[in-house]
Amino acid sequence: MLIPVIIGVTFIVYSIMFFTPGDPALIILGENAPEEQVEKLREEMGLNDPFIIQYLRFLKNALKGDFGRSYSTRKPVFNEVFSRFPATLKLSTAGLLLAVAIGIPIGIISATRQYSLLDSITMVLALLGVSMPNFWLGLMLILLFSVRLGLLPSGGDVGFASLILPAITLGTGVAAIITRMTRSSMLEVIRQDYIRTARAKGVAERRVINKHALKNALIPVVTVIGLQFGYLLGGAVLTETVFSWPGVGRLMVEAIKQKDTPVVLASVIFMSVVFSIVNLLVDILYAFLDPRIKSQYR
Amino acid sequence: MSDNILEIKDLVVHYITDEGVVEAVNGLNMTLKRGETLGLVGETGAGKTTTALSILRLVPNPPGKIISGEIHFDGENLLELSEEEMRSIRGNKISMIFQDPMTSLNPVMTVGEQIAEGIEIHQGLSTDEAMEKAHEMLELVGIPRERAIDYPHQFSGGMKQRVVIAIALACNPSLLIADEPTTALDVTIQAQVLELMRNLREEFNTAMILITHDLGIVAETCDKVAVMYAGEVIEYATLEQLFENPKHPYTIGLFGSIPSLEHDVERLKPIKGLMPDPTNLPSGCPFHPRCSHAQDICKERKPIVTNIEEGHMVKCLIYEGVIEAKEVL
Repeated sequence: MLIPVIIGVTFIVYSIMFFTPGDPALIILGENAPEEQVEKLREEMGLNDPFIIQYLRFLKNALKGDFGRSYSTRKPVFNEVFSRFPATLKLSTAGLLLAVAIGIPIGIISATRQYSLLDSITMVLALLGVSMPNFWLGLMLILLFSVRLGLLPSGGDVGFASLILPAITLGTGVAAIITRMTRSSMLEVIRQDYIRTARAKGVAERRVINKHALKNALIPVVTVIGLQFGYLLGGAVLTETVFSWPGVGRLMVEAIKQKDTPVVLASVIFMSVVFSIVNLLVDILYAFLDPRIKSQYR
Repeated sequence: MSDNILEIKDLVVHYITDEGVVEAVNGLNMTLKRGETLGLVGETGAGKTTTALSILRLVPNPPGKIISGEIHFDGENLLELSEEEMRSIRGNKISMIFQDPMTSLNPVMTVGEQIAEGIEIHQGLSTDEAMEKAHEMLELVGIPRERAIDYPHQFSGGMKQRVVIAIALACNPSLLIADEPTTALDVTIQAQVLELMRNLREEFNTAMILITHDLGIVAETCDKVAVMYAGEVIEYATLEQLFENPKHPYTIGLFGSIPSLEHDVERLKPIKGLMPDPTNLPSGCPFHPRCSHAQDICKERKPIVTNIEEGHMVKCLIYEGVIEAKEVL
């Protein structure tokens, strides 16, 4: 599945980049470059060929592992993307850990006290968390903690302090999703017969929840966490931009602005591959959580 | 210490829902002697399972609530115990076998762990010792001990019910409640499981409440029978008394609706009508809308317990001498 998906993705991205206004040659040489010089560069880069020829040429090179060079820096694009990846990984992991640390416990508490005041408050907050746009939350956090209170840096990757605000920004929405998922999954599980069996054995309520219910309830939650991690790795674009975080997302935004097609394509392909790998890892993790799946593959 | 292990007095359990109050159990009385087996018989919705869950205080709350009554177990009123005291009884002195073995085992724990858990909690054994005991329990119910590391989905239905039985008997309880333990199993497996339960009960001298709607199982297994209708016990007798001399029109109707080998009957006579809606029970005798002997007084007056003979009780106005039966019962 991975290969056709990536070919499709590259085709769409390539078309968008091709048909939007802006001439890469002009961008490289500057607005005021003489016409003949621009024309020469165009010819050199093959920019005068028809769209489909250009696309196929790109695909042929890509299959050989050559994704071209950045129009602006003239460096191989994949190195560029790779050098940005650790920053993105750091931010996504921080955001995800935060979301898991908040979402799962709150989801469990909320489920065990369904319809209580606490549960209602949690659900309203979760709804807010899901609906709040990242860039807006990021800006508000910067306004409060950086501008007003001057407590935390507003951007860049300069040590742990600079990680806090972007991680909160990124983690909020995910925490809300995990909370809701944990709650609904938990609610379903605690109505199952085997929970009643556990209670009838004289197991204490705490252990019923933490041992008998949680492992069953976590199976769907893990799927969601995996999907969200995939999105975070690829979709931290807005957050990275707001906080000038030097990650893959921001690299892509800059590349789009400069119409640096090879960098955009390489970023997109990279994100798709990472997303697929994360999903694969989640599937493998499944087998450890659910013995029914493990025995299917035996 | 009395020789009654269990005495239930005037138990009332309601489920309070948005659609109305479901009157599941209405003034139920019942006694059970040590080592005895009581069959609790009745149609779906008669309140059998709710009664059983009340004894363990596991009626799901909300919406369920034990409104009033007393449940004396070994001389203690269970309804007055703290949650912690109640926990030390569940799975230890009283255990329960649930209806559907397919869903009553935790799918992500090995069966060994699930059996050992109760032993570990109640007998203060270490994890290893509890697991050893769990292996013995598995062998006792006819499953090789090597299978303790397997998960429930690797067992068949009948095997799962054996595991459930092993869990229930692990701490050698003095009362075992079996809620339709064989309904979800096919007939040959039913016989095996019943046989197993009978043998183990005799071995451990456990008192048992067997909930079922199968009179055949009652005849094979029980010493006493309580017939439930709309949340009450309407007839209570020994097995012989009930099978040879059923008194309540409902009980007679139950026997009339099963085929008999001895008597050649043209057509079975099902009881007409349906179980009353528990949110809106009929006034007077709850059975009157379906009873062929019913008269006007049955709509108003609630029958009280009448003793037919030693150990045979019935709730019907006919035996109070208030009305006469339309035909000979």
